[in-house]
Amino acid sequence: MTHIVEAMHVSKVFHHTASGHPETALQDVSLTVEQGKITALIGPDSAGKTTFIRMLCGLMFPSEGQLNVLGEDITKKAEEVQDRLGYMPQKFGLYEDLTCMENMNLYADLHGIPEEKRTERFNKLFIMTGLAPFTGRLAGKLSGGMKQKLGLACTLVRSPDLLLLDEPTVGVDPMSRRELWEIIKSLVKEEHISVLVSTAYMEEAELCDDVYILNKGRILAHGTPEEIRNRSQGLSYWMPVPQGIPARVVQSALLDEEEHIEDAVPERGGVRFVIKRGETLADIQALSLYPSCKAVAIPCRLEDSFMMILREAQKRERLMEGFELDYTAKRHISSHVDIHVHNLLRTFGDFVAVDHTSFDVHKGEIFGLLGPNGAGKSTTFKMLCGLLPASGGELSVAGVNLRTARAQARANIGYVAQKFSLYGTLTVKENLRFFGGAYGMSKKKIFERMRVVLRMFNLEGREEDIAGQLPGGYKQRLAMAAGLLHEPKILFLDEPTSGIDPLARRTFWRQITALAAKGTTIIITTHFMDEAEYCDRMMIQDQGKTIALGTPDEVRKRGGDNLTMNEAFIAIVEDNRKKEAEENG
Amino acid sequence: MDNILFYLRRILFIIRKEFLATVNDPKSRVILVVPAIIQTLLFGYVASFNLDRVDYALLDMSHSHYSEELAAHLDGSGIFRRVATLGNTGQMAQFIENGEVSGVIVIPADFADKLVQGQTAPVQVITDGRNTVISSLVYNYVATIAASYNQDLHLGKHLLTVDSITWYNPNQITRWNFLPSLLPMISLIQVMLLSGLSVAREREQGTFDQLMVTPLTSSEILAGKAVPPLVIGLLQALIVLLLAVFWFHVKVIGNLITLFIVMFTFLLSCVGLGLAISANSKNMQQVMVYNFVVLVPIILLSGLATPVRNMPQALQYFTYINPMRFAIDAVRRVYIEGASLAAVSPDLLPMVVITLVTMPFAAWMFRNKLG
Repeated sequence: MTHIVEAMHVSKVFHHTASGHPETALQDVSLTVEQGKITALIGPDSAGKTTFIRMLCGLMFPSEGQLNVLGEDITKKAEEVQDRLGYMPQKFGLYEDLTCMENMNLYADLHGIPEEKRTERFNKLFIMTGLAPFTGRLAGKLSGGMKQKLGLACTLVRSPDLLLLDEPTVGVDPMSRRELWEIIKSLVKEEHISVLVSTAYMEEAELCDDVYILNKGRILAHGTPEEIRNRSQGLSYWMPVPQGIPARVVQSALLDEEEHIEDAVPERGGVRFVIKRGETLADIQALSLYPSCKAVAIPCRLEDSFMMILREAQKRERLMEGFELDYTAKRHISSHVDIHVHNLLRTFGDFVAVDHTSFDVHKGEIFGLLGPNGAGKSTTFKMLCGLLPASGGELSVAGVNLRTARAQARANIGYVAQKFSLYGTLTVKENLRFFGGAYGMSKKKIFERMRVVLRMFNLEGREEDIAGQLPGGYKQRLAMAAGLLHEPKILFLDEPTSGIDPLARRTFWRQITALAAKGTTIIITTHFMDEAEYCDRMMIQDQGKTIALGTPDEVRKRGGDNLTMNEAFIAIVEDNRKKEAEENG
Repeated sequence: MDNILFYLRRILFIIRKEFLATVNDPKSRVILVVPAIIQTLLFGYVASFNLDRVDYALLDMSHSHYSEELAAHLDGSGIFRRVATLGNTGQMAQFIENGEVSGVIVIPADFADKLVQGQTAPVQVITDGRNTVISSLVYNYVATIAASYNQDLHLGKHLLTVDSITWYNPNQITRWNFLPSLLPMISLIQVMLLSGLSVAREREQGTFDQLMVTPLTSSEILAGKAVPPLVIGLLQALIVLLLAVFWFHVKVIGNLITLFIVMFTFLLSCVGLGLAISANSKNMQQVMVYNFVVLVPIILLSGLATPVRNMPQALQYFTYINPMRFAIDAVRRVYIEGASLAAVSPDLLPMVVITLVTMPFAAWMFRNKLG
């Protein structure tokens, strides 16, 4: 038996109870997982990854097609198959009030593992996951990364024939992500387990043996990482940027030239771009804007091909008016300080969430707050917006502390929350009207601005739609539209790019670039390290402390030479944790 | 002046939004109307004053033409049904104790003689005071029938009188009227639910943060959040009132405007309480728990089912912080007795105090509840 999983023309249709419309989650998916290999299912959010994995566990059945797991038809022998597979859902059911050991014992009980076999197995798993020193700690007190590792250990109390991992690294910091992957790799080697893992991270897909790209319920491509990567062979370039022009502006110039360019992202202080097959550098007009900068060919990577494949499947959204950009304008950061933070402190009981943090943000800057989950970036963010009182230190936004200032001071800021936080039962138009009113805009002004933002975010024709029923990408655009309705001087964005597909992320950053060029100050948090390259300056927090602050160039160089932001981040955090450990003896 | 208009305009935006959010949801739309109607009908029938059948025992010690005629009047009423005819007073206890009869009618030995001599001739009605409602009804029915028999006798004078003796509960409440109390009760539950969920729902869904970063002040948000439940509560009270008047034919004696002022003041204090609970809760589930904990004592200690003065002294003190206690008293008095606004104003004051405490607390909690 070489095919651990064999899916043939599998489709899944959901019938929505609210709207009554059938929704196709998966369409004609054919896929195989081979013995002893790691197969990756990569794709943006809502591509159908979770649906597919749940069907493999027999938690739901395909609407059409044949699905064999471990040689059995899953629709007929679900229970037998379930005994032989391990499934770790996105949110694993750890009991937070039990210790690591108690959680393990609980799962061992559920799987009927005899007592005498446990000690050896548990020891192995605890050592493998690095949780050995923490067996007596409550699961609720573990960090995000450690929780995921404990979840994995609980899934593995019994060595399964097939391990299904649904986005095991979401919300996990880069170090823990790397460690999790080392664990998975060694499992495959030592126990000959076959693994199917879903992920949204390209660099993780590179670590697998076999990759399927899933988008909107369809398989767009299949192959080894190398095969897929090679689809963009010879098309990838990198170019430096002229002094004084932000990399994001040059990147925008390239990205806007859709007919010749597949993809462009700021990277290592310059711009990485992928040209369309059949084109040459000479065809690209944007390059003539920057005669002093010479593009050099670089090795392609999986993400380049992934973007190419996605672009073939769905057109990138047309950039709407209101985001015009002068591609050659020099960066102008005024000396005016919009946000001033000095020795900011926030404690919850004896837990220090934000530990004496200081930074300034100038008018017109894009300032990024980065860090693993639980590092303190959301807490810092909430204090800046006036949603949470500080325990100590100084804080001013546009000259005032929003928590104590007169209400009118809040008109200076726009706020887009991480989770969709407009009124789900109201229509698009009703939401915008309400927020316009809340900002004290006149009826005429609301009407005017509403037309502008609806056009900017391509929401025209959606005015009467119920906000809560919009597709994910539209919700995010509506949130942006509501945040910008009153033309704020300062825009706060909390994890705006989590949960949207890579094409939408490009569009989003393109919009932010244009807003910043017009003088809007932008504070943004993100857990995508590569997005730090869009920022003028950035701060990395870890365990509440600021461990790096500066331009992306400065931060990258602190980690070492010629690193990507992700690598630099790992280097800096690890270096810092090592130093702290030494200081604490 | 401009400032006030500006302020009002923003409050209106919140009110509009709150109404839209409530009315756009088909589930909430149903909740607004259906329970009020169902509960009123249910309470109206269950807590009904109309006894269709009264089982009674007769102890006729007169054995006269007159006593037989009176008994015939009772039996012919279509309501009274004689279950037993007793021979002596000793048998009464057993019948009442078992609940076999709702009352025993005792016609004394000298009944006929007294009537003939033109003296007042009393008839005793012994009722089971464990159910005060039934016992008072039985008494009233007997009295009515006795009065009509009195007329039939053409004696001119009201010689026949009915003495009532209630066993087990000498202090029976005679004027017990349930329907008016439903006005505060049904609107209370709805208003506590609506206002209780309003902030907590937004906290849970993350929209409250979005609201907090706008230039709206806490007092504007408070006002905007208070008005819709208040209006909805008043509409519910109106539904109950219409049913009480037109379906159950319980007439309002007092002034409708006075009744409105009482209900308005009461619901304002409920909204304050609901918003305070809401602002203090992290999610909707917590609100439901708080509401359950708060609503049961509010209703029990209100005098709705059992009179306040029968409660233990310690609990009576508790009723002073219960807006419902004052609302029930005021509504009953206006509705049934036709009390004036001045007469019920002592009831309004505590409700105003409760509002003045809960509302500012809720507004303060909007920003100070730690996330």
